[in-house]
Amino acid sequence: MIEEIGRTTEGDLIINVGPQHPATHGVLHLVITLNGETIKKVEPHLGYIHRSIEKMCESLSYRQFIYVTSRMDYLSSHINNHGCALCVEKGLQIEVPQRAQYIRVIMDELTRIASHELWWGAMAMDLGAFTPFFHAFRERETITDIMEKTCGARLTMNYMVPGGVMADLHPDFQKDVKQFIQLYKSKFEEYNELVTGNVIFQNRMKSVGSLSKEDAISYGCTGPVGRASGVFCDIRKLYPYDIYNKVDFEEITETEGDSFARYMVRLKEMQQSIRIIEQLLDNIPEGEFQAKTKAVLKLPKGEFYQRVETARGEFGVYIVSEGGTTPYRIKFRSPGFSNLSALEHMVRGLKIGDLVAAMGSLDLVIPDIDR
Amino acid sequence: MGVNEKIEKTDFPGKIHETAGGGIVLSKLDDVINWARSNSLWPLTFATSCCGIEMMSVASAKYDFSRFGFEVARATPRQADVIIIAGTIVNKMAPVLRRLYDQMADPKYVIAMGACAISGGPFFYNTYSVVKGADHVIPVDVYIPGCPPRPEALLHALITLQGKIKAGLTREQIKENSYLNP
Amino acid sequence: MLNEDLKLKLTGIQPLIHFEEGGEWLNIFVPPEELRTFVLQLRSDPDLVMDYLFCLTCVDWKTHFTMVYHFSSTRYRHNIVVKAKLDRANPEIETVSDIWRTAEMLEREVYDLFGVKFLHHPDLRRLIMPDDWEGWPLRKDFEDPVNMIRL
Repeated sequence: MIEEIGRTTEGDLIINVGPQHPATHGVLHLVITLNGETIKKVEPHLGYIHRSIEKMCESLSYRQFIYVTSRMDYLSSHINNHGCALCVEKGLQIEVPQRAQYIRVIMDELTRIASHELWWGAMAMDLGAFTPFFHAFRERETITDIMEKTCGARLTMNYMVPGGVMADLHPDFQKDVKQFIQLYKSKFEEYNELVTGNVIFQNRMKSVGSLSKEDAISYGCTGPVGRASGVFCDIRKLYPYDIYNKVDFEEITETEGDSFARYMVRLKEMQQSIRIIEQLLDNIPEGEFQAKTKAVLKLPKGEFYQRVETARGEFGVYIVSEGGTTPYRIKFRSPGFSNLSALEHMVRGLKIGDLVAAMGSLDLVIPDIDR
Repeated sequence: MGVNEKIEKTDFPGKIHETAGGGIVLSKLDDVINWARSNSLWPLTFATSCCGIEMMSVASAKYDFSRFGFEVARATPRQADVIIIAGTIVNKMAPVLRRLYDQMADPKYVIAMGACAISGGPFFYNTYSVVKGADHVIPVDVYIPGCPPRPEALLHALITLQGKIKAGLTREQIKENSYLNP
Repeated sequence: MLNEDLKLKLTGIQPLIHFEEGGEWLNIFVPPEELRTFVLQLRSDPDLVMDYLFCLTCVDWKTHFTMVYHFSSTRYRHNIVVKAKLDRANPEIETVSDIWRTAEMLEREVYDLFGVKFLHHPDLRRLIMPDDWEGWPLRKDFEDPVNMIRL
């Protein structure tokens, strides 16, 4: 039945969505074959933001290539940098001080909340509701203000270094974050009232874009997309790094695998992130924020792989080193690439409006896919 | 007299005072038109990478750009006045950008936001697929440095563009009024 | 399963493999003709159940290519790395995209950037470079004086 739907017949319409389109969240070009309004085939064309990052990293030093990854998935820029710094530390066997580990995890979780906020606002905007966009940016601006006081920048904060973090926290950090948590808890009910409980929203999202558990594993979907289909794949629980093994939080999974399940997984993840921050905020130990390392880093000959959990899924850094000051080959395993490959399977047989809902629930960031 | 008499055609509204730039009535009219154009520029939503998020921040409530007239961000180039190139332009995307610019109706203005759109930015050396600057593809009026630039920098650039339009110094207006190109 | 038990089990499945020491996970070198049968066994064997392919890439070692596959199991949580050496003049290998659906796009990307041909792939064409691009960008001998500005 699925194969019959996929074959092109007379009278089919082939249209382009993108590359410049408000609903694709970046430059993604989809070539859709339609029969009336029913989708028969979706083919993504990538490469409109391919900046040849992997080739460029072969001529950058180990301290420099970390910050190129914050331009890849710019909504979880801290987490990407964290993964690269951990991989370099694995190669050089550097011990990171406790204070730096606490700071890194708190910044990661704040970034995760900011990324999910923007996803929530953009997804509601795709489905036609403009108000949640402004509400989401209100919370996001509070977080970026905190980041700006410590790291110096709002979006691409070059803050993680191999060995720790670049600078210490600003003096009012704990007070600012506590104020943010107060604000957030009082506004969270608004989200449920505005969007989650809305009948139109639920009808547009339930049973749209279903992905079964075996398909999710076979397509390599991780992150909220995989967890909504029942796959336990949270890297923070399976292969914990820094102090995630000492923190108490739940891994959220759902079983239906449709767009509404992906939506609920992300909303609940935001609350778990708040829980992690509350546990860590008052207990930041005193000490160094950066381990002493040489100025020029040289990794020994060999291969190193490190995985971290970004807001979109599993981000992997694979470094092949020949002993020099620059890496021989770097490969970034991006979560969006695998999530996008499941798109065609999800939307075959649905209507165009469902394609927009399914793509919004996948939370794609295209520079992450194209690298 | 009668309908057979030939009526001599004169310029509207008649030769009042001959000056360079078209006569005193027309230059005042130009001022009014420029004022009207600059205060209601509609941007095209064209964001390829990270600078797009800062553009979205400017569109939202904290650094609102709709108080300067940019409220209605159109998704189609046929209805937009200004294109804000936020993000890196890559070899595969360059023909698409050119086509979008050609589809926009005159008068159109271009702002290059971020280091990538000015000159390739952090992706200048050792990359095989990045266009080193959006002005290799389309002519640019205002450049905003930064990676990414702060929202206030984008607002400053929008106000600078408005100032340029009122003074008659954008590329469009220079081209129109140039004595080398009658 | 621990690395030692995995070594015994895998040598039992396919005697032609050899192991490389000194990595975090078990690194296995397989001759490229035997790759497909080997990974099918990895998927279907009830003690291994490697159903999650999380990274597929290629490394250019100036004299030959090495295809690198990272596998993991969602049931037992063990990870292994499978590698295959390819001839640089004519790099060809069997596809695994019908066993793990994620390999379809990952193999297209490796074809686009390195020029490795995957036999019996359903749709092998360029993915991220423009369709009329010539050359294989991530090879070490790729020269592009027009676009690349060297530092």
